[in-house]
Amino acid sequence: MTTLHDEDVRSPARATATRGPRQGRPDPRGRRLQRWLGEHPLGLLLSTPYAAFVVVVFLVPFGFGVWMSFHDFFFTAPGVQVPHPFVGLENFRQVLADPVVRQAFGNLLVFGLINIPLTVVLGLLLSSGLDAVVHWKGFFRVSYYIPYVTASVATLAVWIFMFNGGGVVNKLLGGLAPEPTWLANPSLIMPLIAVYVTWKNLGFYVLLYLAALQNVPKELHEAAEMDGAGTWRRFRTVTLPAVRPVTSLVVLLCIITTGQIFTEPYLLTGGGPNGASMTPALLMYQKGIQQGQPDIAAAIGLILVIAVMAVSLASRRLTERKG
Amino acid sequence: MAGTTSSPDALNKDRRVRHGERPGLRRTGRVLPALRFTVLVVGALLALVPFYYMIIGALQKERDTSVLGLLPLQRNLTLDNFAGVNESIDLLRSLLNSLIMTAGVVGCTLVFGLLVGYALSVLSFRGQGLVFALVLLVQAIPFQLLMIPLYVMVVRYFNLADNYLGMILPFAVNSVAVLIFRQYFLQIPRDVFDAARIDGASELRILRSIAVPLVRPAVLTAMLVTFIGPWNEFLWPFLVTKDATMQPLAVSLANFSQANSTFQANPMGAVLAGACVLAVPAVVLFLLFQRHFTSANLGSAIKG
Repeated sequence: MTTLHDEDVRSPARATATRGPRQGRPDPRGRRLQRWLGEHPLGLLLSTPYAAFVVVVFLVPFGFGVWMSFHDFFFTAPGVQVPHPFVGLENFRQVLADPVVRQAFGNLLVFGLINIPLTVVLGLLLSSGLDAVVHWKGFFRVSYYIPYVTASVATLAVWIFMFNGGGVVNKLLGGLAPEPTWLANPSLIMPLIAVYVTWKNLGFYVLLYLAALQNVPKELHEAAEMDGAGTWRRFRTVTLPAVRPVTSLVVLLCIITTGQIFTEPYLLTGGGPNGASMTPALLMYQKGIQQGQPDIAAAIGLILVIAVMAVSLASRRLTERKG
Repeated sequence: MAGTTSSPDALNKDRRVRHGERPGLRRTGRVLPALRFTVLVVGALLALVPFYYMIIGALQKERDTSVLGLLPLQRNLTLDNFAGVNESIDLLRSLLNSLIMTAGVVGCTLVFGLLVGYALSVLSFRGQGLVFALVLLVQAIPFQLLMIPLYVMVVRYFNLADNYLGMILPFAVNSVAVLIFRQYFLQIPRDVFDAARIDGASELRILRSIAVPLVRPAVLTAMLVTFIGPWNEFLWPFLVTKDATMQPLAVSLANFSQANSTFQANPMGAVLAGACVLAVPAVVLFLLFQRHFTSANLGSAIKG
């Protein structure tokens, strides 16, 4: 009962407070603090640990990484203080002049050109099938999603087993088996990795598409059918435009994944043969941690992120203009 | 409206008859579902065959890559590979490490997600916009940019190499969970909270006795969405753990498969046995809770 009374008293006070302090006498100090903190200061208390964490784990390393890429930074024995002189764009100059780096970015391009169209086409195909099918719907949904929930390390082990020299895929292909074999073939390794990543993530994208398809009003299809549109025509003129926002999202997520490719080349080939499956993330690990040049690695990281952002923006322009 | 719904069919039939298309349409009417079903079955087979082969490969006494080896042949079946991989990497220890890391990440994610999601949706306070901006920023900053500086900080400055804290740290703030909880809290009518306030409940009491019980389904969703990540994560724990007794299974298995352990009777089989051990917990949990992995849940995680 007392709190109810409290509430009654406080509300008008707050109302005048928002109108401005000039009206009436000044608020007591506690009120003014509360006014400054907002209606529920508890929110501040609840958010502070999270915000502090974000600063320590995201903002500080972010700034540190950018700083590092403009300075001469190297590992020292613990406790030793050494100067890290500012070197301007020297790290970036070194990175851009390095043919290995260029090859790594080129490999990502190959990866994206295979992975993105494949994901969109297969995602649309399977999800529209799933949307229409009556039986076994749950089974299909679960099967497509299982690769997505399984660790890359585990699934890559099977892919190595299937695709290495004497693997079952080559046995099945017989005389058609590629020479040199998949993992050792410079022109096949990146496409193989692209197919693997498509296979692994497809289930997630199928679910995204499925949600969008289920939201397409039935009336649109009925109206199109009434106007004599066939299945293909209806797919092109009703379904595709309706799921365009999802396609845009799928392309964006694929581009982001492309920038992160690390585990696949690391476990399948170590970046070989001859850098044919090297990716920027793997290169960052090799240069930054194995070879002790974190400044160079940070510069690669910055270039990679800027490239990924540029491609994402371009793809958004492209996928949204079509509409 | 009711009158017009029957007419399209009639009209359609009329048109079909007029153009003499009826048999043709009939055929596509039967062919299309069959084709669709075939595509879906082929897709499911392609998705599942590697898993079948993972199990078969893990059970093979000798590596058999022939087409016949795809079948579970009695004379070539053994459980030795599991014992073999267990000799090289302590499976139980690695599983425990994976479990600790996953539990730590999921725990932090839930606590942060619940508190911040509640603060952002139910309360109003100074800096709220800034906190929400931070939540979105976490989504936006790509890990590649953080990988090297975070490694330098965690390993060199914080001395958290080969430490569970070091493994958990970068994943502890997960904005997906914040967005899931925010979404759930926004769906609860404000009156529920206002009524509690009028009844004299303190803000903390409201959070504990009203908000948390109301969003229990969101807790499950957030757990399911986040547990897969740390359980399967390879890159970060790989960077910060060099001590084999601290490595999660994904890392120790990857190192084992890279080491080409020739003393194993069937090295590939041993790797696949390890792969099964790594895959089974995630797949089983997914199968148990698969109806929670709906696009709606995933969608809320992405759209924010």
